[in-house]
Amino acid sequence: MNAVTGAVGAGRSLFKVRRYPAGGPMPTEVAAPKPQWRLAARAFGKDRMAVVSLVVLLLVALAAIFAPLLTPYSPIAGDPVDRLAGVGTEGHLLGLDGQGRDIWTRLLYGGRNSLTVAVVPVLVVFPLALMIGLFAGFKRSRAGEVLMRVLDVLFAFPLVLLAIALSAVLGAGLGNVMLAIGITLIPYMARVAYTATVQESSKDYVEAARAYGANPLLLMFRELMPNVVVQLLVYATTLCGLMIVVASGLSFLGVGVIPPTPDWGIMTADGKNVLLEGIYHVATIPGLLILVVSLAFNLIGDGIRDALDPRKQTS
Amino acid sequence: MTRVIGSRLLSTILVLFGVSLVVFLLLQMVPGDPAVTILGSGATAETVAALRTELGLDRSLPVQFFDYLGGLVSGDLGRSLTINAPVTDIMLPRFWNTLILTGAALLLCIVVAVPLGVIAAHKQYSIFDRASMMISLAGASVPVYWFGLLLIGVFAITLGWLPTSGMYNPRFPGGSGDLLAHLVLPAIAAALVPLAVIARMTRSVMIDVLQQDYIRTLRASGLSTSSVLWRHGLRNALPPIVNIIGLQVGYLLGGVVFVEVVFGWPGLGQQLYTSITQRDIPVVQAGVLFIALAFVIINLFADTAVGLLDPRTRRKVGA
Repeated sequence: MNAVTGAVGAGRSLFKVRRYPAGGPMPTEVAAPKPQWRLAARAFGKDRMAVVSLVVLLLVALAAIFAPLLTPYSPIAGDPVDRLAGVGTEGHLLGLDGQGRDIWTRLLYGGRNSLTVAVVPVLVVFPLALMIGLFAGFKRSRAGEVLMRVLDVLFAFPLVLLAIALSAVLGAGLGNVMLAIGITLIPYMARVAYTATVQESSKDYVEAARAYGANPLLLMFRELMPNVVVQLLVYATTLCGLMIVVASGLSFLGVGVIPPTPDWGIMTADGKNVLLEGIYHVATIPGLLILVVSLAFNLIGDGIRDALDPRKQTS
Repeated sequence: MTRVIGSRLLSTILVLFGVSLVVFLLLQMVPGDPAVTILGSGATAETVAALRTELGLDRSLPVQFFDYLGGLVSGDLGRSLTINAPVTDIMLPRFWNTLILTGAALLLCIVVAVPLGVIAAHKQYSIFDRASMMISLAGASVPVYWFGLLLIGVFAITLGWLPTSGMYNPRFPGGSGDLLAHLVLPAIAAALVPLAVIARMTRSVMIDVLQQDYIRTLRASGLSTSSVLWRHGLRNALPPIVNIIGLQVGYLLGGVVFVEVVFGWPGLGQQLYTSITQRDIPVVQAGVLFIALAFVIINLFADTAVGLLDPRTRRKVGA
């Protein structure tokens, strides 16, 4: 059902309205056009790039989780004798780094940190941003507007810079980096939830529900929220892709995960030192993985967005 | 138009006030007492108390903030904890170096991305369109620091065409030619991601514009394709493109921190990196402040440009 038929339905149900006490369940004719999950899933399944990306991402996550099963080596202790051995060395498919550590092993264990640091803040901020956006966007209260204006100030800082500044003052370490990234994300995600809420609120089904006196809280959570969640979900997926790059970047700068803990950004930074000696594999391999994972998140985000677009579902 | 610019200026001043408040609060977020950090954990309670008084840390937060703000207005950003010099003296020359790098990267972005997007939109679904959009899709996900290292590896070490780092040759510091040779790789590294995003945006905006009736009318009346595309099409696509460019400057300025570290470019980002490792918070604050300042001012320009390009937006802003 789309917004147009919803409006027509609202007109038709005028006589029924009296039967419903204010705040009771909404007549089905004025119910919000809820996201059609099954249709969306089918459309997503047809998007070859998105499906491949999802598979790649799952493989990377599984490889990180089951790292000890996939490698006999330690990610921290190295063998200095073979240091900087190149790609294809026997027993070390991706070679060794400057301290003689197996790069394949460090990629696997590093995935645990790199993925956690990027994804967990997005997941934690998601419900918070959703609530800020819903309350500020739907009720349009003075307090909500002031909060959004205050968050606007944070847009004056480039996203990456704010993350760097916050982790610089908080100090390095897994928890602090996640905190820094989480704080950085609040204005961005809240803004998306807010804009989505304002847009949804002006649609016919909300007007209709308001007109017949639906309980605003029920209207907000039952009818409005699913549509806002969807838009925020698309954005959050794309943000995960960006945060993989940013979080690894923080580690690259030394304000993220603390060495010798493996992390893709730290591995790239390790490779920087031997790059000038003409040894490229130490820096290029982890960076390539960051690129692949980030791209996968972006393609999945695009896939979800297209799948939820009713105009593209039928085609 | 003057009224629009006036109201934009006013809101910019408010934003700058907020920016300085956030930067001020950064110092408050540092775990532990800054006086103890400076003196080390072995300091006696008296010396710590004396330094707290000297730094003004014993006063209330609002008083400290307005003191900080007063300093900002008169160009006083405090003293560095590691280099015995005022922060402003350290940061100003580096600010110019960062502007040179950012400006070059921005120029590169615009000169490459906008024509790329326009041609891709014109030849929608052609091989050129698909190829350039695939590359820019991947380009938008590239970690800047990694791409910089790749460039150094290929063009500076393997091929030996360009210098690996710095701004001038340390032994024979030459003029603008030397600077240009040092500028090429960092500018490309910094430009890549915004370039990819701007190209994709330009394409989608141009596709919308090219579907409009007046374009069909122009084509039907026999105007040449290039005139339709570049003079009439692009002109109407420009306001949203300029907006995006303004916003991408934010990514550019953030990415420049990584680029400067990788290429040893003596700008704000490199100083930020050094000061972070030394926990020299006043310098970190100043670096963040300068970059945010540049971002806000560039967006002020971008908004004004959009207002000049598209009269319809003026009313909205002025209201």
